Amino acid sequence: MEKKSKFYWTLFISTFSLSAFTIGGGYVIVPLMKKKFVEELKWIDEEEMLNLVAICQSAPGPIAVNTSLMVGYRLAGITGAMITTFGTVLPPLIIITLIAKFYTAFKENTMVNALLIGMRAGVAAVIIDVIIKMTKDIIKSKNLISLSIMIVAFVAAVILNVNAALIIVLSGAFGGFYYNYFKRAGGSQ
Amino acid sequence: MIYWEIFWSFFQIGLFSIGGGYAALPLIENQVLEIHQWLSMAEFADLLTISQMTPGPIALNASTFVGTKVAGLPGAIIATIGCVTPSCIIVLTLSYFYFKYKNLSSIQGILKGLRPAVVSLIASAGISILLLAIFKNEETTLFNMQLTDINIPSIIMVVLGVLILRKYKTDSILVMIGTGLIGIIVYGVL
Repeated sequence: MEKKSKFYWTLFISTFSLSAFTIGGGYVIVPLMKKKFVEELKWIDEEEMLNLVAICQSAPGPIAVNTSLMVGYRLAGITGAMITTFGTVLPPLIIITLIAKFYTAFKENTMVNALLIGMRAGVAAVIIDVIIKMTKDIIKSKNLISLSIMIVAFVAAVILNVNAALIIVLSGAFGGFYYNYFKRAGGSQ
Repeated sequence: MIYWEIFWSFFQIGLFSIGGGYAALPLIENQVLEIHQWLSMAEFADLLTISQMTPGPIALNASTFVGTKVAGLPGAIIATIGCVTPSCIIVLTLSYFYFKYKNLSSIQGILKGLRPAVVSLIASAGISILLLAIFKNEETTLFNMQLTDINIPSIIMVVLGVLILRKYKTDSILVMIGTGLIGIIVYGVL
């Protein structure tokens, strides 16, 4: 019982603090969650985390909420999902309630602005660290198909500005086709 | 009833914002400005400014901002619940099927194709946040970079942050708090 409540607390405080420090929204929280749950806590392995993110991307709603729901569900079922969602939702609820009250003062405060500019650098550092590790893993796997998908998806997302959901659907369709029909005929890997 | 109206509006925002990030923006505008007139255009612009400076997805920030304004704290809570309810239903259903069938080889093939694409999407988000972190001009993209616009202290913090994370396996939240504090000293005090 003691152990279980400690686990739930870690789950809550991890999602709460990630949500509280993730400025910018959108995809930014994904590498941070990966860092926390895959590398620091080692509760989920890398492959599974990427699967979860891909599935979350194909569902509607804020990606931060979707990813916490799925991570929570994976670790502790419905209870886990409720805890992580609560942890993710609480920081914006508290922060915006306060800011809505003191908006003008907040907007013009140089200290607050300086803090936020500094924190952006920290967030960027964490994301770069995660990207280096993931890219290394794909290169090390020596799987040319994975490498090509990664490069094509990168060009599509960064240079051609293709919608993320479309990239997910197309690469999934390609993988399903290639690994199930094409590869099977030519021997297993 | 006002609470029900708030819930239903944000339920729709949560349900139809596919793609994350700023995909929710036009939906919020439609619900909050056009259908309900809960915010003025100026307040809506303020909401966007706040969202860029604070943590959390824009849809959740909007939930609290609009909810508070229309019906106080209960309004904020109800709007937030409305916004995450569609995600809860849909993601939990998807999770259920994923964990039940993930070992099927046809699903494995799809997932094997997806994973490298997700890495690239994360990298793409990483580039935007890196540009935002090191350039003074917030509109900087890969295509209009001006090297004179670089914030030198920020770029040093990014490099040091990456080195510390790779070498010492530090808690990532400590790194963010650390650069925030350095930011106060460098950009606020000096």
